Amino acid sequence: MKYVDEFRDGDLAKNIAAKIAEESNPSRSYRLMEFCGGHTHAISRYGIADLLPSNVRMIHGPGCPVCVLPIGRIDQAIRLAMEQNVILCTYADTMRVPASNDLTLMRAKANGADVRMIYSTQDALQIARDNPQREVVFLAIGFETTTPPTAVAVKQAALEGLKNFSVLCNHVLTPAAMHAILNVEGGLQLDGFVGPAHVSTVIGSQPYEVFAREYKKPVVIAGFEPLDVMQSILMLVRQINAGRAEVENEFTRAVTREGNRKAQSLVAEVFELRADFEWRGLGTLPDSALRLRPEFAAFDAEQHFGIDYVAVADHKACECGAILRGEKRPQECKIFGTVCTPQNPIGSCMVSSEGACAAHYTYGRFRKSVQ
Amino acid sequence: MSKIKQSYVKPLDLKHGRVEMSHGAGGRAMAQLIRELFAAAFDNEYLAQGNDGAVLPSVSGKLVMSCDAHVVSPLFFAGGDIGCLSVHGTINDLAMMGARPLYLAASFILEEGFPLADLKRIVESMAHAAKEAGVSIVTGDTKVVERGKGDGVFITTTGIGVLRDGISLSGDAACPGDKILLSGSLGDHGMAILSQREGLSFDAPIVSDTASLHGLVAAMLECGAELRVLRDPTRGGLATTLNEIAQQSGVGMSLQESAIPVNPTVAAACEFLGLDPLYVANEGKLVAICAAHDANRLLAVMRAHPQGSRAAIIGEVIEDSHGFVQMTTKLGGRRIVDWLTGEQLPRIC
Repeated sequence: MKYVDEFRDGDLAKNIAAKIAEESNPSRSYRLMEFCGGHTHAISRYGIADLLPSNVRMIHGPGCPVCVLPIGRIDQAIRLAMEQNVILCTYADTMRVPASNDLTLMRAKANGADVRMIYSTQDALQIARDNPQREVVFLAIGFETTTPPTAVAVKQAALEGLKNFSVLCNHVLTPAAMHAILNVEGGLQLDGFVGPAHVSTVIGSQPYEVFAREYKKPVVIAGFEPLDVMQSILMLVRQINAGRAEVENEFTRAVTREGNRKAQSLVAEVFELRADFEWRGLGTLPDSALRLRPEFAAFDAEQHFGIDYVAVADHKACECGAILRGEKRPQECKIFGTVCTPQNPIGSCMVSSEGACAAHYTYGRFRKSVQ
Repeated sequence: MSKIKQSYVKPLDLKHGRVEMSHGAGGRAMAQLIRELFAAAFDNEYLAQGNDGAVLPSVSGKLVMSCDAHVVSPLFFAGGDIGCLSVHGTINDLAMMGARPLYLAASFILEEGFPLADLKRIVESMAHAAKEAGVSIVTGDTKVVERGKGDGVFITTTGIGVLRDGISLSGDAACPGDKILLSGSLGDHGMAILSQREGLSFDAPIVSDTASLHGLVAAMLECGAELRVLRDPTRGGLATTLNEIAQQSGVGMSLQESAIPVNPTVAAACEFLGLDPLYVANEGKLVAICAAHDANRLLAVMRAHPQGSRAAIIGEVIEDSHGFVQMTTKLGGRRIVDWLTGEQLPRIC
C-alpha cells in the first residue's frame, strides 16, 4: 500500500533502533510520554518496545478520547436514549464504555434504546433528515481532530433548519490535558513528549511551544505510523542528550506551525470554552473543553433536553486515573487482566484499542508472562 | 408419478411477484413455490421423492454432519450472494473435518414482500454452487415471517459428508513444532461485504472469496502429509481461528506478519476503516496445521491447486502454557494476536 508500507519498513526500523541504542546514554533513563492513544496503539501493535533499549521507556498518555470521558457523560447519553426516546448516534468506540448500573450504550441498545454507530457526523445528519418525527442526538467526543467535523454538522443543520438534530458536546483540548499532566501533584518524572499526530494537523505545532519554553520539556510531533514513532523517539533522545527543550516536527508531511486555519476558524465559530470540564483521571480542569456558542444553543442537547451532569466516581479498584496520568502501568493495576479485560472492561482504558490497558492486554501481555 | 390430473395453476410471477404469507402456510401456494422454484432449480432424484425427508443410499465410512446459518447483508455482493455462500459455508465445514461432502438440506426463512425475482437469483446461485461442488440439495423447508420480522431471507444449510478411513483432523491435535499454513489472502469476503454496506468504492472492487474448499482439501489429504488440523477462518478471521486451535490444543503459536498474504485493496480498505485484516471474515480460505517435515510438500500441493495458489507457511506451533498466539510484526517487534473482543469496531482517530 503506497504511502503506508514505506512507514512500516522493518529494515528502516532496525536502522533507527540501532541509532537510538547507540545515542542513548546507558547511565541515564529516558521517560517519554506518547500523549496520543494512536501512538499507544502503534507502539503496542508493532511491538516497538522490543526495538528500544531498556532505559528508553514509553509512558502512555491520556490522549484516548473514550478513556478520558467520565462515567457521568456516558450516563447522560444513556439517559437521553432510554428516557427521551432519541436516536443517539455515536462513534463506535464509545459504545462499550462502562457507565452506571452496569450499562453501556451497547447494552442500552440491547434493552431497546435506539443507539446507532456512525462513521461520520454526516451520517448523523442524514439520520435526522430521514427521521423528521424523531429527535436525533450526536454524542460528540474527541480531541481537536474530531471537533471540526462536529462544527460542520452543526453549521449544516443550522443552514438546513434541521429542528430535530442536536449535539451532546464532549470535545476536549489537548494542551489542557498536557498542562494537567505536567502539574500533577508530586510531579511526574517525564523527559519529553511524543506530540499528537492528527490533533496537530488541526492546531499546528505552535500550542506546544509553552511546554518547551516553560516546563523545559522537549516535544516531537510524530505521525501515527511506527517509523514516525521510532524517528520521534530518536529526535527526543537527541534533544535530551543535548540539553535542548524544543518543539520539533517529525510529521512535516501533515503538520505546520499554524495548523489548519480553516478548521480552527470553523471550530471558533461554533464552539466556545467551557469554564471547566471533568476528565476521567485528571479531575475537573478549567478551560479544557468546548461547548456550543449561544447562537447555536438550539443544537446543544444539554440545553435542549435540560439534562444535568452528575459526576460518578470510578470503580474503587480501577487505576485508570493513575494510568491516564502516566503514574502507573496497566499491569500495576490489581484488576488488570483478571476482573478487568476487554471482554468485561471495568475502566475506560480497557475499552478502546487506543487505551493503555486494552493495548497492553491485547498486544503485549505475553511480556509479563515471559519475564 | 401421480396420475391425478392437475388443474390449471397460474405460474408464479418470478419477475414482479413477491413472497406472501401464504407461501409459508403449507397450502397450494407453498406447494407451487416449492415446485416452480426450489424443486426446479435443485432438481435431483432425492428431492423428487417429495416426502418429509429424503431417503439416501447407504455409504461406507464414518458420517460427518454440520450445519450453518446465513444472515448476510447485503444479500448480493461482489463475488457472490447469500445463496452460494450458504452452500459453500456448510461444504467447507464438512471439508475441514476431512470429509467428502455428499448432501445438503436447506431451510429458508423468507420475509413477506421479498421479491421473487431476488429469491430466484438466490436459489439458482445455490443450485449452481451445489452442482459445481458435486453435492445434491436433497431436502428443505420454507417459512415466511411477516414484513419487518426478517431481513429478506435467512438460509440455514445442513450437510452430510463421508470420511475416508484413517483421516482424523481435530482442533486439539496441534503439536509444538508443527507448521501453520494459510491457503491465500485474508479479509476479501468481510471487506467486500463491509465496503458495499458502507458505500465505499475502490478502483479495483473487493470481491468476496466465497468458494467450496473440498477440492483443495481432497488434494491435501491425497498427498499423504501428516495433517493435524484444518479450519476455515470465517467469522472472527484468522486471529480467532488460531486462538481457538491454540486453546483446544493447549499450545502457543508464533506467526510472521510478513508471510501473511493480504490483497492491497483489502489492506487499504481495512486501513481506511481502522480494521485489522487478521480479524476479518473469509469464506474461501483455510488454515492447515501439519507436521514440520511435511510442510513444504503440503505447501507445494496447495499452491498447485487454484484455490491455494497464494498459500504460505505463516508460522509455527510453539509450547506456551498461556496459549498465546504471538506474531513478529513487519517492523521486527512482537505482539499478541488476541481473541476478538465483541465486534471489531472502527477507532475514532
